[in-house]
Amino acid sequence: MDVSLTERAYIKMKAASINNLKYLEDKPVIRVGTGTCGKAAGALRIREAFKDELTRKGIDAGVVEVGCMGHCYAEPLIIISKPGFPSLCYGKVDEVLVKRLVEDFLINNDPCYEFAMAALEPNDIFPTFRDFPRGVYEEKMILENCGFIDPEEIDFYIARDGYSALADVLNMEPGEVLGEVKASNLRGRGGAGFPAGIKWEVVRKAGNGMKYVICNGDEGDPGAFMDRNILESNPHQVIEGMIICAYAVGASLGYLYIRSEYSQAIRRVNNALRQAREKNLLGASILGSAFCFDLEVFSGAGAFVCGEGTALINSMEGGMGIPQHRPPELAVSGYLGEPTVLNNVKTFCYVPLIMRKGADWFKKTGTPGSPGTAVFTLAGKIAGPGLVEVPMGTTLRQLIFDVGEGIPRNKKFKAVQIGGPSGGCLPEQALDIPLDFDSLEEAGAMMGSGGLVVLDEDDCMVGMARFFLNFTQQESCGKCTFCRLGTKHMLEILKAITRGEGDMASLETLRELAEDVKTGSLCNLGKTAPNPVLTTLKYFRDEYEAHIKGKCCPSLKCPDLIAYFIEPDKCSKLCNICVGSCPVEAIYTRDNGLKAINRDKCVKCDNCLKACPPEYSAVIKVSPPGLVEEREREMK
Amino acid sequence: MNRKVVIIIDGQKITAREGEKLLWVALENKVYIPHLCAVKEQERPTAGCRLCFVEIEGTCNPVTACTQPVKAGMTVKTRTPAVDRLVRTAFELLLSEHRLNCGECPKNGSCELQKIARERGLKLNLHRLKPLSKKVIIDDSPRSFAFDAGRCVLCGRCVWADHRIAGVGAIGFSRRGIHRRITTFADRELAQSPCTECGLCVEACPVGALYFKKN
Repeated sequence: MDVSLTERAYIKMKAASINNLKYLEDKPVIRVGTGTCGKAAGALRIREAFKDELTRKGIDAGVVEVGCMGHCYAEPLIIISKPGFPSLCYGKVDEVLVKRLVEDFLINNDPCYEFAMAALEPNDIFPTFRDFPRGVYEEKMILENCGFIDPEEIDFYIARDGYSALADVLNMEPGEVLGEVKASNLRGRGGAGFPAGIKWEVVRKAGNGMKYVICNGDEGDPGAFMDRNILESNPHQVIEGMIICAYAVGASLGYLYIRSEYSQAIRRVNNALRQAREKNLLGASILGSAFCFDLEVFSGAGAFVCGEGTALINSMEGGMGIPQHRPPELAVSGYLGEPTVLNNVKTFCYVPLIMRKGADWFKKTGTPGSPGTAVFTLAGKIAGPGLVEVPMGTTLRQLIFDVGEGIPRNKKFKAVQIGGPSGGCLPEQALDIPLDFDSLEEAGAMMGSGGLVVLDEDDCMVGMARFFLNFTQQESCGKCTFCRLGTKHMLEILKAITRGEGDMASLETLRELAEDVKTGSLCNLGKTAPNPVLTTLKYFRDEYEAHIKGKCCPSLKCPDLIAYFIEPDKCSKLCNICVGSCPVEAIYTRDNGLKAINRDKCVKCDNCLKACPPEYSAVIKVSPPGLVEEREREMK
Repeated sequence: MNRKVVIIIDGQKITAREGEKLLWVALENKVYIPHLCAVKEQERPTAGCRLCFVEIEGTCNPVTACTQPVKAGMTVKTRTPAVDRLVRTAFELLLSEHRLNCGECPKNGSCELQKIARERGLKLNLHRLKPLSKKVIIDDSPRSFAFDAGRCVLCGRCVWADHRIAGVGAIGFSRRGIHRRITTFADRELAQSPCTECGLCVEACPVGALYFKKN
């Protein structure tokens, strides 16, 4: 069989990459996770400690910076691969452990199993990630290489078959490529789940003029960080996906729109683009074919609403980041009025995999309506927070209790906020719905970016609704009446309720406003902003009513509705710790030697409750605050 | 020229050019639909005031008439419970930010808000919402007119007149969200801006936020 020009170029390139990485063979390699998350936890210090220690001991070993594996709870993370041993992952590494690992493992062949988290390859000695509950459910497609390859060195990606899909695609008809993506039923991972193939087809059919491919990396949901992680850990996969998309639709220029707060992602993507250009994977006649395409980074100025397509385009064109009415859709009239494909970071990541392994392979995972995997960021009251990738159709219960290892400190699960400020709060009874685009929307939430915040019995649902609405209200661009004024009034009502100043009439107004803002707003920020309010009203109405009728916060969270009290029968005359912990001198000693709190002075900082030794646990919160007076009267 | 089609608005047969925006077709045929931000010449409507909702047979939620192109055989209703509810809420939301002192307002009697209230049987006061306090900032630096930001409903018609008809560019939108407002460059007084006092923005204002001084 004839080997095409592009394939020959690719084979040569891959051989060169493997050759470039030869220096890491036959010696120990230490991979340090230096995503922004790892760096924040001290990964750079650990990297330096390893380098110093290796030089001091005169050991020949490679230290490689990699992205993030998604085990946020255990940062800083490292992986040591030493010939003769399985690759081992160590979490919560500090300088002491670094010294120990170099001394015991690298020199004396004792891998310090007591500190290891898991092995990467199956072996007879130590369990792998697959042997833990999380590993059983997790199925890594787009995160497969994150945390294992050096994002700043293109050779790592190419050595793992990176850009091989592109080399194949360049020998196909663009229509065939589009056909494969359509057959895979890949749905956009930005939140709404619109089929990518259909979007691409509109752009492809839009004549032969200028077309653009844009990657939406304006991730802004509180609690979501998967796009940042992918851009930082494996930028080439996104780039390869975009080039394939450009080939399928006939675009010659593209942009990666990344918010400026993601400085490391921007730096790594720019670096990746430069390396791809050097290897002729971008630019004129890619891999020797007739196809020309180039990419640039556009750094967004930080408005949440710029993640909305029309606002994103407006801001790229130099206007205010403000949405416009649709239609026309971007696929018809996008950047500079030309047909534009705008897809999320994750959507593009699936493309090289689908082209390499086929649409049928992709459809084997997930549900028929939503094939593939879903990436979630687990946060909030969860024992194992982090970035996980599970097949679509996994239930929330599996995700929270098996993958995320449940709620810490034996607390009771209350709700899960899914999809960020546009999503909803789902209660216990919704835990068994399979996670995919359609079932979540039915339940009143949405996939959104995939942010997942777990709430336990200590979280107030009214406070939660207020938190998210406060976010959307501040991020509203102000163009349309419902979003600008509707969210403001809703927030004011919620604030009043959490202060104990709400009434049942205002609760009704809140519901009406929420419904009207949802139907009446111009863009999807406004249309989804009421979701946290609507879902909490639907599933946790009793909490709203407790705040209004009983002036009581059942979760003891809303500062205006609680008071601190020291239980005399638990308090000890021998202990003074709370007195010292109070920053406003609100705690005094009663005549009998026990402590009490002056409510007029108390600022509800929670210090005394934390300071009170567990053997007493005398400081409690009560709601409504009037209960304190009742207790005081009882005492007399 | 686009072909002519027949549509039905509130039971009335109306001939219109295909693709024309529904709002203007209705208004030209004496069917009133509330609207503040719409400018006929604008190719891409602002669709910001959210008042011109209508219901079209076959679509589940009300749509804005200013963005809806006319199609053959379209059946439109301007008054349904869903439409009335949205208009009522949008109207009350706008009023909650509008300094209500019609007695002293130069636009009293010709104000678009008053017209909407009259046409749709809405009250010119707030019953569900509390007024949002807005500082009274009146810029009366121009010789012939003044700008009272407390009455502004942010429809943007003045900006259109200033940019696209007068071609001056003295005013524009600034800030975001609840702080969005009409300002000159760097928040200077109008007299310090390139304003030529042509008066086109004042004529465009539907509510008396921009008004000519007496004499």
